[in-house]
Amino acid sequence: MGYMCNQVCEHCHVDAGPDRKEIMTRETMEQCLEVIRNTGAHTLDLTGGAPEMNPNFRWFVEEASKAGIQDFIVRSNLTIIRANKKYHDLPEFFKKHNVHVVSSMPHYTRGKTDKQRGDGVFDKSIEALQQLNAVGYGMPDSDLRLDLVYNPSGAFLPSDQAAMERDFKKALKEDFNIEFHNLFAITNLPISRFLDYLIASDNYEDYMYSLVEAYNPAAVENVMCTNTISVSWDGWLYDCDFNQMLGLKVASKVKHIKDYNEEVLNDRNIVISQHCYGCTAGAGSSCQGTVA
Amino acid sequence: MANSYYDPADLRKFGNITEWSEELGNKFFDYYGKVFEEGALSAREKSLIALAVAHVVKCPYCIDAYTKDGLQRGITKEEMMEAVHAGAAIESGATLVHGVQMMNKYNKLSM
Repeated sequence: MGYMCNQVCEHCHVDAGPDRKEIMTRETMEQCLEVIRNTGAHTLDLTGGAPEMNPNFRWFVEEASKAGIQDFIVRSNLTIIRANKKYHDLPEFFKKHNVHVVSSMPHYTRGKTDKQRGDGVFDKSIEALQQLNAVGYGMPDSDLRLDLVYNPSGAFLPSDQAAMERDFKKALKEDFNIEFHNLFAITNLPISRFLDYLIASDNYEDYMYSLVEAYNPAAVENVMCTNTISVSWDGWLYDCDFNQMLGLKVASKVKHIKDYNEEVLNDRNIVISQHCYGCTAGAGSSCQGTVA
Repeated sequence: MANSYYDPADLRKFGNITEWSEELGNKFFDYYGKVFEEGALSAREKSLIALAVAHVVKCPYCIDAYTKDGLQRGITKEEMMEAVHAGAAIESGATLVHGVQMMNKYNKLSM
């Protein structure tokens, strides 16, 4: 939905922030809706920046719902809900459209979260999670899905997703009475701001070594480029969000949403590079967490 | 040859010890892997124990490995430092408790 965000996170592969002006126009959204109607696409995964900051965000969700989308995912940074009065009702909006909320939460302690995502982010995130819980999100028997995303705050890979989930659930419940469904452990890919950090901190070689050493062929089958296509704010098509940031468009005659042709696109090879080791390390990594 | 006794890059070659003694090397790594699985103690708890022991035995490879392992498991720096202190307390206690032997000897030899 664009690169504009109310946060400037240390690890952000999008290099998002308040000064980024690139956001998806209504015209490009119309082109996406046309594709949804024609293809029967069932899942729409909205990310940014902060997708909610796009002035047409709510309109797009409503129209996509009419066009046949059954599973909405919004990658919410949580703090946006508390950032400004006009966003305070987002939990109710999400609930109305049965949006699956996936939120970043690097750690269940204030120190680690604020170090990665900025001062004050932890407290605002906690408030936002409590607000989401209050309307039913994340509760044990609720259909309103609330999942958290953990990504390491440094030059190391995520550990066992299930064990991390147990730790997060215990701490957030005990300390803040917060409930959520699943924790997705996502590996930081060596591109953009995180790559700059790896190089500046002299961790690049070790990190790449860790990724390559942890290569797991079983993770390849389910990485997200096998079932998802990434559409940039200006309508170009990519195999994944990371390729989008690297400017690696799909290897197909069809490169833009306005020319979308499923048959032509299905007959393409995924564009890969060294960052792809990030999605195939260990238990694998995708925007839905581990894949193997 | 390396110009120091410890090279961080050697940690990656740990598995190579099986090349000169395959059976014993494999038995060791099987045992090692099994020890750190979830059991009556969680893998997280075992990671902290390993970190404490790594300091007590002063193994730089192990300190690197289990600091990283702790980060991967979401273990905080406060937890890690408490574990190091637990190891250090036992190690210094082991020295100090010999003070009783010194006192015994002193008393026996003194009029």
